[in-house]
Amino acid sequence: MKKLFVLSLILLLSAALVPDKITGRSVEHSSENSRCFKCHGKIVYNYFNKVQDQHLTKRMNPYFVIDSVLFYNSNHKSLECFDCHSYDYKTFPHNSELQMELMPTCLDCHEGDEVTANYHFEKINEEFLKSVHYIRHPKEFTCFMCHNPHTYKINVRKNENIDETIIYDNNICLSCHANINKYHLISSNKNPNIIKKHDWLPDQITHFAHVRCIECHTQTTNKTLVAHQILAKDKAVKKCVECHSQNSMLMASLYKFRAKESRNQFGYFNASILNNAYVIGANRNYYLNVMSWVIFGFAVFLIVIHAVLRILIK
Amino acid sequence: MKEQVYLYPIWVRLWHLFNALLFLALILTGLSLQYSNKIFTLIPFNYSVSIHNISGLILAAAYLFYLFGNRFTSNGRYYRFETNKLFVRLAKQFRYYSYGIFKNESPPFPVSAERKFNPLQKLCYIIVMYVLMPILIATGLGLFFPDILPNKIMGITGIQFVDLFHISTGFTLSLFMVVHIYLCTIGKTPLSNFKSMINGWH
Ligand code: HEC
Ligand code: HEC
Ligand code: HEC
Ligand code: HEC
Ligand code: HEC
Ligand code: HEC
Ligand code: HEC
Ligand code: HEM
Repeated sequence: MKKLFVLSLILLLSAALVPDKITGRSVEHSSENSRCFKCHGKIVYNYFNKVQDQHLTKRMNPYFVIDSVLFYNSNHKSLECFDCHSYDYKTFPHNSELQMELMPTCLDCHEGDEVTANYHFEKINEEFLKSVHYIRHPKEFTCFMCHNPHTYKINVRKNENIDETIIYDNNICLSCHANINKYHLISSNKNPNIIKKHDWLPDQITHFAHVRCIECHTQTTNKTLVAHQILAKDKAVKKCVECHSQNSMLMASLYKFRAKESRNQFGYFNASILNNAYVIGANRNYYLNVMSWVIFGFAVFLIVIHAVLRILIK
Repeated sequence: MKEQVYLYPIWVRLWHLFNALLFLALILTGLSLQYSNKIFTLIPFNYSVSIHNISGLILAAAYLFYLFGNRFTSNGRYYRFETNKLFVRLAKQFRYYSYGIFKNESPPFPVSAERKFNPLQKLCYIIVMYVLMPILIATGLGLFFPDILPNKIMGITGIQFVDLFHISTGFTLSLFMVVHIYLCTIGKTPLSNFKSMINGWH
């Protein structure tokens, strides 16, 4: 009996000690979730058909397939499906009434939550309420439209690789703006062609790989790391010098986190951008500039002396 | 009056005219890109980009034209690099520019049909046309097609690396141009070389 007690204690302790990174979740949840993943983790599922008295394999609606790897890498890896979905999903076939269940919002869990206080959810929510998306489609547009409930993983705050962050963030917007199916969840209008609408921007491939959509389409503030107030299209940044200048706005958005570290390193203005991109106008080098004017001035000086002497002596 | 020689065939003059005008456009737009800011703009950024791109592409085409011309006409012979007593000849010409000219000495290497350029001029033109211009054009094309550049070269982004060469070469050539224009005023009269470059006769 004592042996059993010690054994279970060790088991308990080791379970508690297993770091989050390895298991990717707290152990107690996994068994509950795996019940759902048994069907929702694959493109086909099995169930016992009582009427026909046999096991059947059916296709899962691809939109209802949830990638368990992405889920256990997401912000919400420690959550149970039941934290957001009704317990009644335990039964299959699911009760059709469940389709109408009310889903929790981010704020339901995060408002006043101390662990995530530094994300300023309330401020983000305020900005979101002022965004074009919400103003035009207050019923359909929720935070979950951009933050996939099962895969969303914070990037810009923790990911060292800015290129990856840019791709991640832009894919959020492109999931609708380059995908008519999801776009139509919100609006039945024609989806404007993003490439054509940005024809005025040269080197689109380079730009979209090195800046995020939200750089130009939001109002940045000091309150949030990721601005959430998407502005109407006529308020979007169109002036090149907003980025291509010494006081580039990129330093207040994409490079906000690094901005303080190394503003002007080796004479380069806005040096924190340089790891990832070289922005004409924003990343000129002070020393090279000074040197070039000195050399140029010296040459002109010699020319003037030479010319004056030629005129005087003639 | 000395006999005149026909030194600048029409294609050289046309190339040179385009080259000079495009170069001025490139310098102006290049400077306004490099010093782009929100307070004062010489030329709006997006216009600078377009003008700079288009001028650069035409300049590259003009440069090819010049290469062909020098390859297939006799003008190429003026650019033949001679190492024989190079430094002595260079020193002689340099001495003339910095001293002899003030003593009203006659130039050590007078222009003739066999010798269009003095040694200093020749060396400069060879370096400018066969070393610096290719670097400027190649790096310019790299920046025009940034997708073909490697992500990182020696720890910095490909664009930064290539741009560093582009602006340094552009600067050196701008410096050359100023000195070049000034040295062209040293002729029979201050304007005679410019007239030659217009009508072809020296
Ligand atoms: C035996 C397979 C199976 C299991 C186990 C299962 N589901 Fe489902 N689930 C389905 C199928 C099939 C559908 C689509 C048809 C439907 O809506 O009933 C579905 C639909 C859903 C939907 C979408 C409802 C809608 O129409 O919007 C949710 C949400 C859901 N399941 C959650 C869960 C959760 C949570 C669990 C774990 C407790 C779970 N499911 C377990 C097969 C399963
Ligand atoms: C943080 C809350 C949250 C958690 C945790 C969560 N879901 Fe969801 N789930 C949602 C929301 C919100 C929706 C509705 C999304 C929408 O309407 O676009 C949803 C939709 C679904 C759907 C329907 C697909 C769709 O796009 O409508 C399925 C299936 C589903 N969830 C299964 C699961 C399973 C299985 C788990 C556990 C592994 C789980 N969910 C965990 C919030 C959650
Ligand atoms: C059912 C409750 C619930 C809902 C709904 C919910 N979250 Fe969370 N979220 C959590 C929990 C629990 C954590 C784990 C951190 C903690 O202990 O507070 C978390 C963590 C996070 C984190 C921090 C991750 C980290 O590693 O620091 C972010 C960011 C986050 N959630 C964003 C959202 C967003 C955005 C939404 C809405 C789209 C949302 N959450 C909806 C419960 C929820
Ligand atoms: C139009 C799309 C969109 C909508 C709608 C949206 N977000 Fe975001 N949100 C983003 C993007 C893009 C990011 C950046 C993700 C990253 O790189 O970490 C982000 C990041 C976040 C972060 C992490 C910020 C940080 O400091 O690391 C939180 C928290 C968040 N959103 C909460 C919300 C909440 C709450 C709502 C609803 C009120 C919401 N979001 C609605 C696009 C959206
Ligand atoms: C869930 C789908 C969806 C996502 C995700 C989404 N959008 Fe939208 N967006 C729409 C729809 C639908 C409209 C059209 C609204 C209308 O005019 O009815 C729209 C409109 C816009 C407009 C045009 C506003 C105007 O003045 O007409 C901009 C700009 C925009 N979105 C930017 C973004 C950015 C930036 C992101 C990513 C951070 C994003 N969107 C993510 C669906 C989406
Ligand atoms: C360099 C700044 C910039 C970037 C980066 C940018 N946009 Fe835009 N976008 C604009 C401007 C400016 C307009 C308005 C164009 C106009 O009205 O002529 C616009 C227009 C739009 C529109 C409205 C189209 C319409 O006419 O209805 C949408 C939607 C949009 N952008 C989405 C995106 C998405 C998605 C991304 C990221 C992949 C993105 N933008 C990246 C500046 C930008
Ligand atoms: C939101 C910020 C932003 C705006 C606005 C912006 N750019 Fe850029 N631009 C960048 C970044 C970032 C790069 C990427 C440099 C790199 O890839 O290293 C870039 C690169 C470029 C390049 C260089 C590509 C190359 O060949 O090396 C050109 C040219 C350019 N932009 C022109 C413009 C023009 C013209 C406009 C205005 C119509 C504009 N940009 C507006 C951020 C911006
Ligand atoms: C407005 C600007 C310019 C003016 C006024 C100008 C003027 C002249 C003149 C007067 C000559 C004839 C004298 C001589 O042969 O040395 C000449 C020749 C030449 N210039 Fe220029 N120049 C300009 C810009 C440039 C630029 C930018 C380049 C090269 C990048 C260049 C390259 C040359 C070359 C290679 C020759 C010799 C051509 C030959 O005969 O083969 N010039 N220039």
